[in-house]
Amino acid sequence: MAPITTLHYLVAAAALFVLGVIGVLTRRNVVIILMSIELILNAVNLNLVALSRLYGLHGQVFAIFVITDAAAEAAVGLGILIAFFRNKETVNVDEVDLLKW
Amino acid sequence: MEPVATTFFFYLLAGLAILGGVLVITRKNPVHSALALILTLLAIAGLYLMLYAPFVAGVQIILYAGGIMVLFLFVIMLVNIERSQKEHQFNGQWMVGLLAAVALGGLFMGVFVKGRALFPEPAAKFAETDNTQKIADLLYSNYMLAFEIASLLLLVAIVGAVVMAKKRI
Amino acid sequence: MLNYIQSYLNSNVTPGQAGNFFWAFVYIVLIFTGLSIAVIAMNWLERKILAHMQVRLGPMRVGPHGLLQPIADAIKLLIKEDIMPAEADKVVFWMAPLMVVIVAFTTFIVVPFGPTHAVTDMNIGILFMLGVSSLGVLGIVMAGWASNSHYPLIGALRSSAQMVSYEIAMGLAVVSAVLMTSLTTNGTGTLSMIGIVQAQQQQQIWFIFKFFPLGLIAFFIFAVAMVAETNRAPFDLPEAESELTAGFHTEYSGFRWSLFFLAEYSSMIAVSSIAVTLWLGGWMRPFPNWLSGDSWDMAFSLVPGLTFFFLAGMAFFSTMRMPKHPYFRLQTLGLGGFGGLLGLIGIVLLLPGIRERVQDIYWFAIKVAVSMYLYIWYRGTFPRYRFDQLMKVGWKVLLPMGVGVLVLTAIAGVLL
Repeated sequence: MAPITTLHYLVAAAALFVLGVIGVLTRRNVVIILMSIELILNAVNLNLVALSRLYGLHGQVFAIFVITDAAAEAAVGLGILIAFFRNKETVNVDEVDLLKW
Repeated sequence: MEPVATTFFFYLLAGLAILGGVLVITRKNPVHSALALILTLLAIAGLYLMLYAPFVAGVQIILYAGGIMVLFLFVIMLVNIERSQKEHQFNGQWMVGLLAAVALGGLFMGVFVKGRALFPEPAAKFAETDNTQKIADLLYSNYMLAFEIASLLLLVAIVGAVVMAKKRI
Repeated sequence: MLNYIQSYLNSNVTPGQAGNFFWAFVYIVLIFTGLSIAVIAMNWLERKILAHMQVRLGPMRVGPHGLLQPIADAIKLLIKEDIMPAEADKVVFWMAPLMVVIVAFTTFIVVPFGPTHAVTDMNIGILFMLGVSSLGVLGIVMAGWASNSHYPLIGALRSSAQMVSYEIAMGLAVVSAVLMTSLTTNGTGTLSMIGIVQAQQQQQIWFIFKFFPLGLIAFFIFAVAMVAETNRAPFDLPEAESELTAGFHTEYSGFRWSLFFLAEYSSMIAVSSIAVTLWLGGWMRPFPNWLSGDSWDMAFSLVPGLTFFFLAGMAFFSTMRMPKHPYFRLQTLGLGGFGGLLGLIGIVLLLPGIRERVQDIYWFAIKVAVSMYLYIWYRGTFPRYRFDQLMKVGWKVLLPMGVGVLVLTAIAGVLL
């Protein structure tokens, strides 16, 4: 087997990214869309850390910041979901179609 | 120190991560999707360890798998309605979405095939003994402003989440 | 092959760092066995000590003084019917106790029983332990949700909210201890567990006494948070029997319940190990510098053997007080035999070749045992916290105290 180069990690990250994009674009359940966004962020993190092996530790520091931001965004996104769910008993994005409720 | 079975572990961990990703986007039950996402996160933490990034791996396990996923599981339990698991899972334009994502994947593959020479084998192997110390040096000197802004962002997120989830403002 | 096994014996790093798989495997098997024996002993000790604190006797029937009670409990749990609730989610129901047990045992990879006696020494050791123990919360949430019944669900949500809140206080206390490791003469701190104990060795002070009272307050915050983290009294509302009919593990029976029980005691021992490593000097004997020298070393190295002699003496004393009736003959013989076994172990630990090697492990184990006794003492003494009081303590009392201790430790470290 060929030795594992940086390209292998980048291909794995790209695969995860594409899976996350498919999840965001095709699912109806809001929670699963949020989880697909987390998949996308993880793919980006894997990319950053893989390339940090070539270019210095800045990639890992940026990855830590991305994880922090992902936490903040997940918290706020889930708060919005709960606020919406309280008004209209549904978790499908198709039914979020009113500007005011 | 070069791990003994690098190739085997890379394919195992990357396979688990991608399997978890596929399960996340295809399961009907959101709790199963959340568990698959936990599998993906732990596999990615393993990949970080293979890339000589132990601190990022530790942060990934504590924050992502142990914090964010608990948050997700809580909210799934609060909004889990049986009705949503019996409806259509994929929305009306799933074919276009799938096509767009496959096109994106093709773009990535094109970039990787054409630019293979841009990603050489790393010249110097990082020692992993003082990874944390070096990251701390960078974080508190070059990236100090970003660090402070990140803490402010977390404060805003806390206040925002509390306001969004309160019953009456 | 023999060369491979013997090449490690004179090294001064842990097997994981030396890359020696055989010895790492041996250490893992030893930790597994020791942990199982410790959990069994904890079961018996908890029931006896709690009983004596409540002026009653505890289990006395199953073996002499109830010594075989844990074995009877284990057999009972293994042969019980394995019930799964009707609408429960089978995969998640099956996976939840597995996750909790795996997490509880994985944290023991980095626990240092001596300067080379750990399975491995990661340079992010304490971060790894905190992270993996925060994965245990996921197992509890899964258990509560998969049971498809409201008491477990409420218990699981309360338990995980409590554990997540007290993890933050734990983290702050740990960070202030790690800060103190950077005050050695060569100036770099470390997150590795063995490095933290060696920093205490170099600074010649246990971190609990450093910058008095800051080390003590940090240890106090960690001690309270670790009791809350493992869902033990007085923070055990989510699993107390009079409140929520056993909380998240209500619907689990037989072997699956025993996995939760095993995981709870193992995580108690794990967080006690963190407390001992960070503040109480890890494997160091008391007063290594004030009472130094060969004669003091020899005196302290006799302590393990003497402890076992003391325990054997207690066993023989109880043997003599056994009722003198033919029905009790077997039990009296059993207790005498147990006392003899303890005495034999004591004699083995007094032999000059063995007593130096056992020193590190013994002092570490004694400190963890004191911590376990404190756990049982808390259970017997304090009334239970109500859930809102519990959350108030976690967020409004321990968190500001933790931040304050951290800032003051940093200032003290810079100025002093």
